[in-house]
Amino acid sequence: MILWVAIALVGMAALAWVFRFAGQSVTGNAPKFRDMPYGVAFGYVLGAVVLLWLIWAYTQGHSSELAIANKFFFLRIAIEGFILFAIAAWVFRILGRNVGTAWSKKMFRSMPLTASFGILTIIIYAIFAIFAGAIAPYGQEQIIPGVAANIVPGGDPALGGDPAFYFGTDQIGRDILSRLIYGAQNTVGIAFATTLLAFLIGGTLGFLAATLGGWLDQVLSRMVDVLMAIPSLIFALLLMTIASVWAPQLGIPLTAFMVIIIAVIDSTRVYRLARAVGQNIVVMDYIEAAKLRGEGLGYLVFREILPNATAPLLAEFGLRFCFVFLTIAALSFLGVGIQPPLADWGTMVRDLGGFVNYAQFAPLAATAPLLAAGAIALLTVAVNFVVDWMLHKSSGLKE
Amino acid sequence: MSDQPLVKMRDVWLEGRSDEVWNPIINGVDLTLQRGEVLGLIGESGAGKSTLGLAAMGYTRDGVRISKGSVEFDGIDLLTASAAVKRELLGKRIAYVAQSAAASFNPAHKLMDQHVEGPVQHGVMSRAKSEADGIELYRKLRLPNPDEIGFRYPHQVSGGQLQRCMTAMAMSCRPDLIIFDEPTTALDVTTQIEVLASIRDIVEQFDTAAIYITHDLAVVAQMADTIKVLLKGDEVETADTRTMLAAPTQDYTKSLWAVRSFERPLKPAVKTGAVPVVSVQSVDASYGTVPVLHDVSFDMHEGRTVAVVGESGSGKSTTARCITGLLPPTAGQILVDGQVMPADYRKRSKDQLRQVQMIYQMADTALNPRMSVGQIIARPVQFYLGLTGAEKRRKVDHLLEQIELEPTQYYHRLPSELSGGQKQRIGIARALAAEPKFIICDEVTSALDQLVAEGILRLLARLQDELSLSYMFITHDLATVRAIADEVVVMKDGRVVEQGPKEDMFKPPHHAYTDLLLSSVPEMNPDWLTNLLNERGVDNIGDAAADKM
Repeated sequence: MILWVAIALVGMAALAWVFRFAGQSVTGNAPKFRDMPYGVAFGYVLGAVVLLWLIWAYTQGHSSELAIANKFFFLRIAIEGFILFAIAAWVFRILGRNVGTAWSKKMFRSMPLTASFGILTIIIYAIFAIFAGAIAPYGQEQIIPGVAANIVPGGDPALGGDPAFYFGTDQIGRDILSRLIYGAQNTVGIAFATTLLAFLIGGTLGFLAATLGGWLDQVLSRMVDVLMAIPSLIFALLLMTIASVWAPQLGIPLTAFMVIIIAVIDSTRVYRLARAVGQNIVVMDYIEAAKLRGEGLGYLVFREILPNATAPLLAEFGLRFCFVFLTIAALSFLGVGIQPPLADWGTMVRDLGGFVNYAQFAPLAATAPLLAAGAIALLTVAVNFVVDWMLHKSSGLKE
Repeated sequence: MSDQPLVKMRDVWLEGRSDEVWNPIINGVDLTLQRGEVLGLIGESGAGKSTLGLAAMGYTRDGVRISKGSVEFDGIDLLTASAAVKRELLGKRIAYVAQSAAASFNPAHKLMDQHVEGPVQHGVMSRAKSEADGIELYRKLRLPNPDEIGFRYPHQVSGGQLQRCMTAMAMSCRPDLIIFDEPTTALDVTTQIEVLASIRDIVEQFDTAAIYITHDLAVVAQMADTIKVLLKGDEVETADTRTMLAAPTQDYTKSLWAVRSFERPLKPAVKTGAVPVVSVQSVDASYGTVPVLHDVSFDMHEGRTVAVVGESGSGKSTTARCITGLLPPTAGQILVDGQVMPADYRKRSKDQLRQVQMIYQMADTALNPRMSVGQIIARPVQFYLGLTGAEKRRKVDHLLEQIELEPTQYYHRLPSELSGGQKQRIGIARALAAEPKFIICDEVTSALDQLVAEGILRLLARLQDELSLSYMFITHDLATVRAIADEVVVMKDGRVVEQGPKEDMFKPPHHAYTDLLLSSVPEMNPDWLTNLLNERGVDNIGDAAADKM
């Protein structure tokens, strides 16, 4: 095995040299090939080899021999999904460039494909979350009479599927598709509310600390340091355990506790950012001018500082949303988050997790837990793409 | 060695990319530089002088491209040369000295370690030899403690010394060409003169060719053999320095030369017994435990301009902070119209705050980038005068007219859509909106090009006459003082060294420090630096002289 890898690397090294030399002689020593470092040439060759392997693996996924097809099943799905999403994003961007106001057209024109993919995905998630009741074919806790549990996704009766339940059913016979759609409402909705609360707390305190400074800044910052010193997931788990005892006594739903606990823990990170950004703005001459004019604290924070901090704060909002979302999924996976029978992606992964063991010989059965995991991953990637794009835009503005 | 020029640029066109469009920066400029010749490139900001200077190295910044033309260095075509060939040239035969030496040195390494990098990398000298040579260069550049200064970190030496170390570093491989990009713009006059003298000396000694980029005419007059004037990417004219100074042929060049001639008529002396608008009375102040002001006293009268002069760190801006109340003095008091003002601005009433307004040096940071021009000016109108709706709009329009900007055109613009001079005008309008008696102008023209700065000075002078305002004009540029001041206060190390009416200040006898300041301001005479050096000796100019006082 090691020998083969060594031979492949040496072969590619030689190929890279040949590639650069060929490029130089074919193009008559054009600057692109003439000034190409050897490492870059090697990179091109390596990239080409990986691409060739992917194409080969994809054809293997369609092999008529079941054992081989199963082996490359997930890779096949990933490649197909990737191409499908890329096309969707591309079409969406073309649509955006031609439809809408002058402002939105201009925005789409300078948008990279990743960002348009992110925006498209977020819009689809939002539609599912808002209209879950209308879109989902069954209720989230509905155990459909006469339907077997653990129907395999895919809808092919020969492989244990059922065309009426394309994504299959879970361990007690609930429709996975409906639960995925309701999961968007529960998980994403709660994550959004939590992030908003975290920003309200962290942002306000951070700007206050930056503007006033002095002992208030010291007290707040040290408190935040203490909170940040405790690993956040373990801390949340601890507090949730306590809250699960209090919740029934006080008659407040556990979900409300969860929102507050995660918001407070995450607001420490927001506080740090808001304070850092705020401090850079507070030293500007226009803040000094406003102070000398005799403006109050509210005007300073909301009219002078906040508008100049929106770009980094928005970017942080996107990232923070992902983290909150993953924390909720993690807590649910551990059993203290969103409580059954409410549908939640984290819980769904936990409940169906055992099927992953079938991946080797029945990949469709193993897909069941991966659907919810995929929903989480897709949203996280989408939000990060949009955030990257916004960060790029705001940094470009400064220069 | 051949007779061909060292640098030959023919019909060079440069373009910069913004908003997906290539915009022209330089439109077909020719440039020829002989061995050992110093060429001065001058023009306003945005004229493309830095871009052209970099293009002479065959280099462009990101987002800039050379779209047409040829650049030859010693017969080598730099635009088609391979990366390997360019690597051999850059640093070794062509060197670059940037405007901010502080930002160009790596703060994590000692000066000498950075100095020897070039020679060792290019295989010109061994490390030991290069170090010895570096010390020799430091000595030639008249740096203090040449044997030791190289073993300090960049933050341990002053700005002027750092700029000279940078020059030494550029010299380390004995290049044929050095490009100086505004090397003294960020320095005080007294420091600038030392750097200028050193640069000129060393360039002469090694017979190095140089392109000297600056916007200061007086500086370029000392340094260059030939001057090339650029305007918005076009060459205006090129001529020998003396010819150019004596008889510029183009209107634009003449207008540049004429800027320094703006001067206000003298005003009658202030009546004795008149109550000063603002009176600073024996003020002491400190930052933490470090005292910065000692017994500062002066008066400012109605309709008058008091120029406060001194180099950076002399306490000019600190005095302004005491007057505004941002820094409560530890002793002494500030009187406005004979009334004692509370030391802290937070304790002053709205009306007391209204009376003292401020205009800032950097208009970029003085205007909130997210507010429109209308919002910026309307805020004090509403806040102090309580005007709303149509009345407020009328007042803002009137203010915009006062600063010579068309209200309908500028009301909704953001600061980023204005030029530097227009931004500064908005700063003035914001101060005027409060209807103050007294305005502090903190280096308001130092970040502007000369023509634009002159426009601002004329505007301020006109407003003073119309509204009988008093200005406290903080500056280190004596040309500005000459143009606008009625009275002058000279500060050094937190003390008032000398004060009096302008006409007395520009006539001897002076306090020794005033004399030094005055004599350090470059003049348009190309022999000025040479004469000064002959008069005083090389060790008696700039900071070295100031430290002896």
